[in-house]
Amino acid sequence: MTTSISNIDTLLTSMANDIRHQLSDKNILLIGIHTGGVWVAKALAELLGEDFFDGSLGTLNIAYYRDDFTRIGMHPQVAPSDLPFSIDDRHLLLVDDVLHSGRTVRAALNEIFDYGRPASVSFAVLIERSGRELPIQADIIGQSINLTDEQHIKLSNGDSGLQLELRSND
Amino acid sequence: MTNNQLTDSGHLRHFLTIEGLKRPLLTEIMDRAEQFSSITNRQVKKVPLLRGKTIMNLFFENSTRTRTTFELAAKRLSADVMNLNISTSATSKGESLLDTLHNLEAMHTDMFVVRHSQSGAAEFIAQHVAPHVSVINAGDGCHAHPTQAMLDMFTIRRHKQHFPDLRVAIIGDILHSRVARSQIQALSTLGVGEIRVIGPKTLLPSDCQTLGVHVYHDIDEGLRDVDVIITLRLQNERMQGALLPSAREYFQCFGLTEEKLQLAKPDAIVMHPGPINRGVEIASTVADGPQSVILEQVTHGIAIRMAVMSMALGSQSELAEGSTP
Amino acid sequence: MKLQISNGRVIDPASTLDSHLDIFIDDGKIVAISENHEGFVADQTIDATGLIVCPGLVDLCARLREPGQEHTATIDSETRAAVKGGITSLCVPPNTAPIIDSPAVVELIEDRAKKAGRTMVYTIGALTQKLEGELLSEMMALKEAGCIGISNGLSPIKNSLVLRRAMEYAATLDFTLFINAADPWLQSQGCIHEGTVSARLGLGGIPEAAETIAVSRDLLLIEQTGVRAHFHNLSTAKAVDMIQDAQRRGLSVTADVSAHHLHLSEHDIGNYDSLSHVIPPLRSTRDRDQLQQGLRDGVIGAICSNHQPLDNDAKQGPFAQTKPGISGLETLLPLTMKLVDDGEISLKQAIANLTCNPAEILNIDAGHLSVGSAADICIINPNAHNECQPQHFISAGKNSPFAGWLFNHEVSHTLFNGKLVYQK
Repeated sequence: MTTSISNIDTLLTSMANDIRHQLSDKNILLIGIHTGGVWVAKALAELLGEDFFDGSLGTLNIAYYRDDFTRIGMHPQVAPSDLPFSIDDRHLLLVDDVLHSGRTVRAALNEIFDYGRPASVSFAVLIERSGRELPIQADIIGQSINLTDEQHIKLSNGDSGLQLELRSND
Repeated sequence: MTNNQLTDSGHLRHFLTIEGLKRPLLTEIMDRAEQFSSITNRQVKKVPLLRGKTIMNLFFENSTRTRTTFELAAKRLSADVMNLNISTSATSKGESLLDTLHNLEAMHTDMFVVRHSQSGAAEFIAQHVAPHVSVINAGDGCHAHPTQAMLDMFTIRRHKQHFPDLRVAIIGDILHSRVARSQIQALSTLGVGEIRVIGPKTLLPSDCQTLGVHVYHDIDEGLRDVDVIITLRLQNERMQGALLPSAREYFQCFGLTEEKLQLAKPDAIVMHPGPINRGVEIASTVADGPQSVILEQVTHGIAIRMAVMSMALGSQSELAEGSTP
Repeated sequence: MKLQISNGRVIDPASTLDSHLDIFIDDGKIVAISENHEGFVADQTIDATGLIVCPGLVDLCARLREPGQEHTATIDSETRAAVKGGITSLCVPPNTAPIIDSPAVVELIEDRAKKAGRTMVYTIGALTQKLEGELLSEMMALKEAGCIGISNGLSPIKNSLVLRRAMEYAATLDFTLFINAADPWLQSQGCIHEGTVSARLGLGGIPEAAETIAVSRDLLLIEQTGVRAHFHNLSTAKAVDMIQDAQRRGLSVTADVSAHHLHLSEHDIGNYDSLSHVIPPLRSTRDRDQLQQGLRDGVIGAICSNHQPLDNDAKQGPFAQTKPGISGLETLLPLTMKLVDDGEISLKQAIANLTCNPAEILNIDAGHLSVGSAADICIINPNAHNECQPQHFISAGKNSPFAGWLFNHEVSHTLFNGKLVYQK
């Protein structure tokens, strides 16, 4: 693992290649996790071309599946989950921006299973960082990075496109 | 007057009345309800948000419908729900009401949903519960029914875009209606252009205009060019107290018929908090007609109650020790 | 026992006295009010420097709950509270249990009061049997037993014929009729004033007309029967006007107001504050202002406590299910004096409203300072600056909406028949 971040476009291209390599011919449905995961999923869909994924992008808002409700209460509002397709017996590709504790993916998997029973779920992430708290790993990884507990990495989507920012708590 | 419905940071702790709540909070309730309403379209119609929470439906006054929607809302949020119907006669003394309350509290209840025949009962209970318990008012006497008002606002918003442009008429027994009081407060807070109340003097509070409404005693005048018509249920017992001569005469004067509906805007919607007395406050043809959104109101009731329950229980995290905001 | 109250500002509205004098008391009676009294050697001297010395207060309406509700309060507990409030004479309305409709009940109350020995307790007898408003009580027997007036308490007489007969009979006996004016039907649906607050809170309203209709009917019958009548606890501006009009026409009619109606309005109910639940209800701010005006005009002669001690449970519950009433003995004086501080009435008038005026209404020898009469005296500290703390009331009823109010005046000593019955 490295500690410096590579160029995002490079990471996305490498992820797109891996996806094409591993998941072709599976008629994949694409699902992004709000908010960063949706941005990454959109970028991947663009790189892979319109026909690669079946149907339009699904989005998940895992706010109601989080495990920290009693500790921090309601989260700020984001758009609700929207899966514009039936997931029964389908192969899904779940996308997020950063894999850290693994709790978000746990929540997302729970939510997906409330919509139906998929044939399989693969997981793609732009940045895989250290600090896992659950036995969860990604299938497609842009970059792995070693960070301390005090360090945070955040994806933003501004005027100049997607950007990764590394911050440290004082 | 202090608003004990809100936490120090302005989040909803109890939901007792619309009075004193600001527009952004009402909008947040509707926005969150909008999100929850999409859950109904899924295979599994529930989310685990309130898993492990205990909600008591404390009904001192019978109401199968309201209780059912609260129960369903709680279940869709994965909370554990208990329904308790407590006859008012057993708790006619305040002492035993508090006793009942503290007993249920001792069972580690997180939320009470309270329906009571006395105005101010929910407020009273909220003043006496432990700090970690939330209270939702499911209707107290003639005072307030805030979740009903919010589901009505939600329904209006689904059909009409901009509240300030609207003219809303409420017809019927305003005097005894907790629904009307909460609706009037919600409509005012959301900046509705004009709120009208229509009814005979016997069914309007004596200082009605201080609620911020225009008063009409003639339904034809009152309905002219309105965008939303809300009809209220007329309780049968109103005939006893010399408030009205008969249901028949009431229908002739204040019943919403197709003919009278013509006076409103062509795209006006017709609402009713239910249960309907057909042929008393509203004609069947109107209640079942194309402009009626009465069944939609029922559907939206679940999402609104999910929103309010989750917001109130979510704010309890602020009271938990060592929490981060 | 010889007692001297020295250096106080002695105010006696009955004799228009207001100067710094000493009061000399011997054997329970005032023997001199002067700068000095030759040859008087006091056993005890009360230094009243900086204090106001006035007659003991006379309260026209205080419920002591005994007999019948001793679990709430007793004659002993409430007379203790009374003297802490400077009150040396008070009147109990007939709705005890049993009702004051027989000499035995009058004797019982007087016995208990004598045993307590702190204040005069006068009884008002029931106008009709069991206060049911149908059959006349044995008024002559009640009068002979010691009742100083007759009343149907808080149970209005619905039947105007019965009321007329009762008034005629009371007039025959030269009995003063005490009236709590309320139309039973207009009052029955409500628990607060019908107005903006009842509209907002969804509580049943008691319209102004509940009082004015009753006052109007009663005045017409008073005029016809010639009975001497006193209206308790007016709450509306219009009723004050009607009483004023009747007085101008020469009717023998007087009125009082409770101290709380002079300070509070419907808005003090706030969010269902059951401590402000009283009957007649707190009305609009305009009504409150006109009640103060009625005092200034002399239409309303007296301020009373309308003391209704209640236990904590009685005030716990949804508003309409709580019991109405305010524990008022210990706030009567400071609330009245607050009107003086606020510039609403003069000090002399305030004291008159609490002493000689109610005594005159009751036709009793009290409420004045004169040589030869009983030494019932209240000494007031006008610079006390106290915060009202109902939890520390002596009364068994802690039900007061005035918690946290700042009062400048408090009673420092109360003398009853020359005996020091309260000292701060």
